[in-house]
Amino acid sequence: MSEYDLAVVGGGPAGAAAAIEAAGLGLRCLLFDEGSDAGGQVYRPPAFAAATGGPDAAAGAALRAGLAGSAVERAFGHRVWFAGPAAEAAGFELQAVGPEGNRRVTARALLAAAGTSERVFPCAGWTLPGVTGLAAATILLKSQKVLPGRRVVVAGCGPLLPLVAVGILELGGAVAALVDLNGPADWLAALPGLAARPDLALRGLGWLARLRRAGVPLYTRWGVRAVSGREAVEAVEIGPVEADWRPSRQRPALRIEADALCLGHGLLPASELTRLLGAAHAYRPEAGGWLPVLDEAGRTSLPLLYAAGDGARLLGAGAAPLAGRLAALAAARDLGRLSEAAFAQRAAPLRRRLRRAARFGTAMARLCTPRPGLVEGLGADAVACRCEELTRGELGAAIAAGAGSLAALKAATRCGMGPCGGRLCNATAHALLAAAGRSAAEIGAPSARPPLRPVPLAALTGSFDYADVPIRELSPR
Amino acid sequence: MSGAGSEGRTWDAAVIGGGIMGAATAIRLGLGGLRVVLLEAGALGMGASGVNAGTLSLQIKRARLMPYALRGHALWRAAGERVGFHQTGGLTLAFTEQEAAVLTERMTERREAGAPIELIAPGRVRALAPRLSDRVLLASWCPVDGYANSSLTGSYYRAALREAGVELREGRRVERVVREARGYRLEAPGASLSARRLVLAAGAWSGRLAAGLGCPLPVHARVNTVSVTTRMPRLVDCIVGHATGLLTLKQSDNGSVLIGGGWQGRGDPDRGPGAVVAESLLTNLRLAQYALPDLARARLLRSWTGYEAHVPDFYPLAGALPGLEEAYVLACVRGGYTIGPYIGRLLGDLILGREPELPLFDPGRFAAPETRSRREEEERVDGDERPIG
Repeated sequence: MSEYDLAVVGGGPAGAAAAIEAAGLGLRCLLFDEGSDAGGQVYRPPAFAAATGGPDAAAGAALRAGLAGSAVERAFGHRVWFAGPAAEAAGFELQAVGPEGNRRVTARALLAAAGTSERVFPCAGWTLPGVTGLAAATILLKSQKVLPGRRVVVAGCGPLLPLVAVGILELGGAVAALVDLNGPADWLAALPGLAARPDLALRGLGWLARLRRAGVPLYTRWGVRAVSGREAVEAVEIGPVEADWRPSRQRPALRIEADALCLGHGLLPASELTRLLGAAHAYRPEAGGWLPVLDEAGRTSLPLLYAAGDGARLLGAGAAPLAGRLAALAAARDLGRLSEAAFAQRAAPLRRRLRRAARFGTAMARLCTPRPGLVEGLGADAVACRCEELTRGELGAAIAAGAGSLAALKAATRCGMGPCGGRLCNATAHALLAAAGRSAAEIGAPSARPPLRPVPLAALTGSFDYADVPIRELSPR
Repeated sequence: MSGAGSEGRTWDAAVIGGGIMGAATAIRLGLGGLRVVLLEAGALGMGASGVNAGTLSLQIKRARLMPYALRGHALWRAAGERVGFHQTGGLTLAFTEQEAAVLTERMTERREAGAPIELIAPGRVRALAPRLSDRVLLASWCPVDGYANSSLTGSYYRAALREAGVELREGRRVERVVREARGYRLEAPGASLSARRLVLAAGAWSGRLAAGLGCPLPVHARVNTVSVTTRMPRLVDCIVGHATGLLTLKQSDNGSVLIGGGWQGRGDPDRGPGAVVAESLLTNLRLAQYALPDLARARLLRSWTGYEAHVPDFYPLAGALPGLEEAYVLACVRGGYTIGPYIGRLLGDLILGREPELPLFDPGRFAAPETRSRREEEERVDGDERPIG
């Protein structure tokens, strides 16, 4: 018999809410997270006492208090590296490296709520020290109270742009320019979605007013052309872009002196777990890329496997706990612990609230949907895969020689084989293949393999004697 | 590229399977003047040919296959940088008396078969690879052993097929082969074509295709696990194996360590890709770490599996399909990464009506007894073979 009814991977707003809901329904529930406590990236536990304050901090504290008051068994500081069908019981086997070494658990049902990683499309010079992702910058600013630089260019797309710029001002830094790929028309198109969360929309307007008061130059429908410097960032060249985000040829570029660039192009759902287990996925660029196919309650194509939160599709932090709770209800229903009537009664209001909350997150995600010009305008010398130091030109040559899928491109060039596991370059590789005329079906989803994230080998092998290694049979002579 | 539906032309030869076996055969046929089409269900060189650990070791080749392995090894050497060939020398380690006895017996046999293998004492092992375990009792050393980068199989053969004038069609899974008056008709979704000659080189899937032609072959698949670590400082220059054959280990130029040895994952070729089994992987890692203790400081980056096909006697299927005209199979070659480029040429020669330089391995040995000749019967089994895993 499985040790747990439900294992939840990821203690952000989706996973934590799901675990609390499931435990409330009487399910034996285990919650994994890599961090020291729940909260995820958005409600990240503060690194030290002074790093508190703001609405996100309050929401994080409430989430952690809710979890502490629940029957959920928590496994923080654990990196889940393996998932597969359990050999000895119906359900899943998970393996996670934690403070006490490798741990194996079995669970009848599994919820993937692993959140996102950051998507940064390359530009010339983006590997120079001093270039930080926008999401990474929010962690520096919010949790560590550290400035990315003294004079910073903030560039890319989406709601993190004003958030990071204001964060820099509040810590006493200077924002040399805010460079937004989207123009006023793109933000206008997002208005109906923004109206779903007037509180957050007002917060955004407050940020913009704050930036205006500080005299921060705002460039809309502009992008970064190149980053330059000898040892680290010294200047950022920016210029206007066309509607598809290709650098516009007609108008001149500007060179801005700065010692840091915060650059980001939205978030990338971490769907490795559901891909590793072989659930069906579909390419939905407006919701983050390759995503598990889900029903309304977060069920994947595989029995008793669920996904919720931004790791399943980009709907935002407001929608995440609702999606998490729905998935927990579905798991309880599928495990026979909730009647159909009780499920329907509890799920209906959650679904209504989720649809409303999702409007805001969807509008924000759409502002970050990659457009083809982002990579088509990229110079041949720009580094596209950082781990393997591959340029756009090298990837382009392999594509021209016949590599038509992510897998073939990876085999031919090693793109995505480094320690990042493709998280930093798959979006770029996908975009380059798409620019060469390949369809999403041809390009394919990135393959997910264990370990889901790199793990220390010694933690896996533990202490052992040679006699413990079961060498039973010899290969044929 | 052809569109959907049927093609008017009849190809001289159609090869099913774009791994090393199929590509090497197709190239020989193309260079021999035939109009050849190669059909691959996925992408070229992305099956077992592209996901194996890349080991080119004569120490893990069976004596009877040694002449083939020596010649295959020479072909990889000639391909050089295009396939990431490295001649590093190879060590095979024994940690117990029993393993030392097995090592002595096997390596003596393999040296007699032509591989330049010598048995060496622990002191020499320390000189060759000082960071290996100090618990080695006995080892064997083969100076020509090495490895290539199996990820480059696809791009290497893509260029070679183009040069040989072979028409390559990827993403074409042949679902059915039908006998016609003069040749065969291959049916794949959205396209079908006819060819005078047929070559099945579809690895673990070859058995099913042959069965469809009324020629069942006992093809089984093993699900081999391979792992790679993050980059490490230089730990070992040569490739490393274990007396049982249950470990292969090498550190590539970029510092990452590749670990294999045929530990079994889970999967069925007819149901999609295989998957890693954690317990099996952990054992593989322990054996690797025992051989190279510094691996304890590495991080495991990625583990994956590939299907390795075999028949009960673990010798190749290489030759004409019994009872059929101009239909051939090339699969189940243990050590196929090393041997493939060469044995593909041999099969090509057989099809072209030339005398192959070395004998092939008649698939007829697995045909129903009444169709099998007495000589084949005698050749069929080496008494001591047994499957592993």
